[in-house]
Amino acid sequence: MSSVGFPLLSLIVFLPLVGAAIIATVRGDEQTVSSNARWTALWTSLIVFFLSLVLWARFDRSSADFQFVERAAWFGDLAISYHVGVDGLSVLFVLLSTALTPVCVVASWESVESKLREYMIAFLVLETMMVGMFVALDLVIFYIFFEGVLIPMFLIIGVWGGSRRTYAAFKFFLFTLAGSVLMLLAVIWLYLDAGTSDIPVLLDHPLSRTAQTWLFLAFFASFAVKVPMWPLHTWLPDAHVEAPTAGSVILAGVLLKMGGYGFLRFSLPMLPEASVDFAPFVFALSAIAVVYTSLVALAQEDIKKLIAYSSVAHMGLVTLGLFTFTTQGIEGALFQMLSHGVVSAALFLCVGVIYDRMHTREIAAYGGIAHRMPRYAVLFMLFSMGSVGLPGTSGFVGEFLAIVGAWQVNRMLALVAASGMVLGAAYMLWLYRRVLFGALTKPELKALPDLSPRELAAFSPLAILTLWMGLYPSSFTQFFSASVASLLDRHQSMLGASRQLAGL
Amino acid sequence: MEGILNWHAALPELVLALAAMALLMLGVLLHRSAREMVSLLALATLALTAALVLGSDRPLSAFGDLFLVDDFAVFVKTAVLGAAALALVLSLEWNRRERLDRFEYPILVLFASLGMIMMVSANDLMSLYLGLELSSLALYVLAAIQRDDLRASEAGLKYFVLGALASAITLYGMSLTYGFAGTTRYDGIAAAVAAGPMATGLIVGLCFVTAGLAFKISAVPFHMWTPDVYEGAPTPVTAFFSVAPKFAAIAVLMRVLAGPFGAAVAQWTQILVLLAIASMLVGAFAALRQANIKRLMAYSSIGHVGYALIGFAAGGEEGLRAVLLYMTIYVVMNISVFGCIVAMHRQGVACERIDDLAGLSDSAPGLAFALAILMFSMAGIPPLAGFFAKLWVFLAAIEAGLWPLAFVGVLASVVSAFYYLRIVKLMYFDTPAGAFAPLHSGVAVVVAFGGVFSVGFVLLPSPLLMVAGSAARSLLAP
Repeated sequence: MSSVGFPLLSLIVFLPLVGAAIIATVRGDEQTVSSNARWTALWTSLIVFFLSLVLWARFDRSSADFQFVERAAWFGDLAISYHVGVDGLSVLFVLLSTALTPVCVVASWESVESKLREYMIAFLVLETMMVGMFVALDLVIFYIFFEGVLIPMFLIIGVWGGSRRTYAAFKFFLFTLAGSVLMLLAVIWLYLDAGTSDIPVLLDHPLSRTAQTWLFLAFFASFAVKVPMWPLHTWLPDAHVEAPTAGSVILAGVLLKMGGYGFLRFSLPMLPEASVDFAPFVFALSAIAVVYTSLVALAQEDIKKLIAYSSVAHMGLVTLGLFTFTTQGIEGALFQMLSHGVVSAALFLCVGVIYDRMHTREIAAYGGIAHRMPRYAVLFMLFSMGSVGLPGTSGFVGEFLAIVGAWQVNRMLALVAASGMVLGAAYMLWLYRRVLFGALTKPELKALPDLSPRELAAFSPLAILTLWMGLYPSSFTQFFSASVASLLDRHQSMLGASRQLAGL
Repeated sequence: MEGILNWHAALPELVLALAAMALLMLGVLLHRSAREMVSLLALATLALTAALVLGSDRPLSAFGDLFLVDDFAVFVKTAVLGAAALALVLSLEWNRRERLDRFEYPILVLFASLGMIMMVSANDLMSLYLGLELSSLALYVLAAIQRDDLRASEAGLKYFVLGALASAITLYGMSLTYGFAGTTRYDGIAAAVAAGPMATGLIVGLCFVTAGLAFKISAVPFHMWTPDVYEGAPTPVTAFFSVAPKFAAIAVLMRVLAGPFGAAVAQWTQILVLLAIASMLVGAFAALRQANIKRLMAYSSIGHVGYALIGFAAGGEEGLRAVLLYMTIYVVMNISVFGCIVAMHRQGVACERIDDLAGLSDSAPGLAFALAILMFSMAGIPPLAGFFAKLWVFLAAIEAGLWPLAFVGVLASVVSAFYYLRIVKLMYFDTPAGAFAPLHSGVAVVVAFGGVFSVGFVLLPSPLLMVAGSAARSLLAP
């Protein structure tokens, strides 16, 4: 039981499965089943979202402790229990996941033609896995949800994806699995060393420097693939290009955040010395990611691929901010993850809108469609600016804070990170010009209808969030500033303690 | 109740033996029309035997210590009898369809099961060998029961020749052990092994016994027969081969190595580490290019034995419990996958190519869904049962400091994920190759059982964990 008197988090985690079960049991002809699947999925995800708003309202923002905690025995004699709760680091990710799922359901309303029932089930199961991962306070539970995500996502890419979907789905699955199994070994080692897999206990569990190094590498293998960090990012463009629109939305919006969240939850607080040791290495990879993938994005012919590469660049900024161990850097990274979750999700929706109409993602196939789709042009502009990091949009806050954090560590690093923003402006604006501006010469584009009310409904929450996060960021930062401060305190004291132990 | 004879300790075995012989008589008298009825009665016999096993007094030794009933024996026997029953259910439909109208089939399954549960309870090398041979001979005949089929005859012959060789190796190892320990009793051998440095003859005996039993569990490099026999034998027979004898043989290996050779743990751990690594790698890589689903499952089962051996190599209560859990979960998943393979037939012809599964999600969504779950579970993806099986063996391995094993294990699991995913991909991503004939209800029950078990295990893992724990304890501290 938690402070709200009923198991709120468990409800948020497992309610989608109930929805999936309802969808699975519907009988009838194709039409009935499809419409039932749509509405059940929408209602389930909306109810889950409203439940998670209770989290927003009742969350104690001044505390860095875990809240809404629930615990139940699970594994008999093994010290592995069902333990969930949220703190400032995870609560907004829960909200991000529950907010994006109904958007995905609405976005897939008509664009998915085959096996709609299975599609909606996959998305609801995916929601359970995502939220479960963010609220898990037991390492084994975390791992189960972290990997469990692979099953629905593999099917979403593989069944409803584009022409090279098989390749993309396998690459996604095997890359992530290869990273995760190494983390599994680390999880088991931690469990055996500490005698429990309870995350709050593990956070205070002292580890030798050697152990930290190995554990860091094992966790890194998993999270770096998931983020993804250069050079492990190659699965991402393929997965994004082939995934259906809503699959890309969730992939960019939530799944990529799992890696950053993992660093924040485990690597930084549990392995402080190794994190400091490896920080230069992470900085180097992040800097390369920011510059290199931005340049690669400039050269793309495919809209989705361009946005996918821009994701890698943006996530490079996140890992860079995390390992600065400064308040600004970590808060910036968190904010950047949330902002990217909204903005890149919206950008993939934008691609989906024109893909549904034209069935191509080639940049060259478009041009001048702002004349035919003014509302679409406005929204696309808003999200492009969010991606570029224009002040007033959500992207600015995160990037700015992360760069300030980097500045305190190394000015060259800050310079490289800032160059990513310039390049980001270049590729996004150029994309915008090529797709939306110019003369409307292609005859097949002349009949394009503007956004339908359903599409507007999918976009509107994301547009509001982009502006809200940009104009009034403290309504979001106040959730995690206490947790970030406590994380840094803990980090400093653990570093101090281990230096004392070493006799320095 | 501490007599020398204590025959009631072997009540389940006696009932099974008498029932099998009675059914044989019944089959001979009724002849042609008897298959269905004998099969159903055989199922009832298996259920009765399992009930007697579960209700038996323990720990209890019988026949002057030749025979031992403890928690470990009860656990393994229940699993073996259950697996045999499920395999028999699969054969009901298959044999009708393939016109394999032989009442001997269920009776051979009963005799094989009898041999298996006898060897699990053996407390002496002689009673072990009796059980081993009884089950092996029944299995050789089962492999070739479709005698007009060229592949089945080949499979039966191959299995017989290689199996006889393995039995001979085991027997040679036993005689060496007897020669150097002076007894075939487990406790006597244990005393001889524990007393001072081990005689070379005992070490060689240990190696030979292990090699012979490794053949039965098809661990690499003693796996050569597996793909051919799995492919050639009728599918329900393959299903039976892949679960019951494998579990029984690994249990016997556990009892022999942890019991009489318990003091030689440093010696046999090396063998097991080697077997485990080789099995996992061969199981992972050799299966990648298979086109026949039964061959694929053969390599998959080789890989799974490798994982179970990880726990065994780790040793201790944790490790042995991990083996029992792994094998139990493996048995349930595997028999259900074979249920799906039995269901693969169109126009009265059984399909064995993996490509025949293409587009199954359109023509048989339920079957495809179950098979997909089983494949993800076999690949060890959480939250399905197969993940927990792997979790425990890796837990045991890391606790024992066997990092190379754990490392090879997880990497092999990534490779093997590829071919399990390939089946999911065929069923869900590809265009239909044509529908299969409707699912038989017996087969459906077996498939559904495995699917529900794989999904539901995460909700209630502790009962199985506890039973396996007490079984492992009873093995270590009789």
